[in-house]
Amino acid sequence: MIPVYTRPKSLTNVVTHYCPGCPHGIAHRLVAETIDELGIQGKTVGVASVGCSVFAYNYFDVDFQQAAHGRAPAVATGIKRVTPDSIVFTYQGDGDLASIGMAEIVHAAVRGENITVVFINNAIYGMTGGQMAPTTLVGQKTTTSPFGRDPKTQGYPVKVSELLATVKGAHYVARFSLHNPANIQRAKQGIKKAFQNQIEGKGFSLVELLSTCSTNWGMTPQNALKWLEENMLPEYPLGEFKTGEGE
Amino acid sequence: MEKRVVFNEDHCKSCELCVGICPKKIIKLRTELNRQGYHPAFVSDEDQDKCISCALCARMCPDAVIEVRRPQ
Repeated sequence: MIPVYTRPKSLTNVVTHYCPGCPHGIAHRLVAETIDELGIQGKTVGVASVGCSVFAYNYFDVDFQQAAHGRAPAVATGIKRVTPDSIVFTYQGDGDLASIGMAEIVHAAVRGENITVVFINNAIYGMTGGQMAPTTLVGQKTTTSPFGRDPKTQGYPVKVSELLATVKGAHYVARFSLHNPANIQRAKQGIKKAFQNQIEGKGFSLVELLSTCSTNWGMTPQNALKWLEENMLPEYPLGEFKTGEGE
Repeated sequence: MEKRVVFNEDHCKSCELCVGICPKKIIKLRTELNRQGYHPAFVSDEDQDKCISCALCARMCPDAVIEVRRPQ
């Protein structure tokens, strides 16, 4: 028998704390596969955020640093500048990156730091109990917007990829989704590109991955993926917003 | 006969994403519980030769539970 699919070597052999069906696990797997394929396990340093992915350091078999809430790009900047040969990535959720960490991510992109950012957008705060996030859709019910997000009082969802694509220092900005195998495969190619850019010294790369939170959305994992496809895709179009070509 | 698809059942959380994506609909949940208290997914020995080794289940699995092989 020839192996078609095996567990990536860059993942530790532990059970994650994530809820059943949480796409964090899929995103972890894609990042680990990329690290394996590029052969950079020995020199990769991850920076974990605050949120559900706070324990990412237990799940990747690479060096890891835990950052204060939202400050992962600043910590990654420091690590990359002190040890330029290491491959540095941050792994952040939308509550971390798009809310309290908005300043850090924008300025890391403005400075064109040669780091890779994996950004998981599930339109809600997961770990703290399903509060409204900056990325929550208009009309979406959360524990802090029980009648649905109302733009009059709560504003509109922030589109991080479109925003960062306007920044000159950013080299690669793209959005993918994790709702079916075809899109997971595309996401994998995007993550690989983002890591390759760093290896080639091209500068700041961010990959946004649309994800679900079946626990706080109050759905089964399969229905949550369907909800993502029907409701999040129209608001957050997929694609590469900036590829750095021709600059 | 060697198995085409193998589950690391202790890591499974019965989210059923593999059950939904399998084109041959041969993935089922066990009635017994695993160490974490979930009903792990599995493919019975009789259904192993119905598997086409497409590995969609493995690519969908959030917990990297599934290993897929194909004959030479």
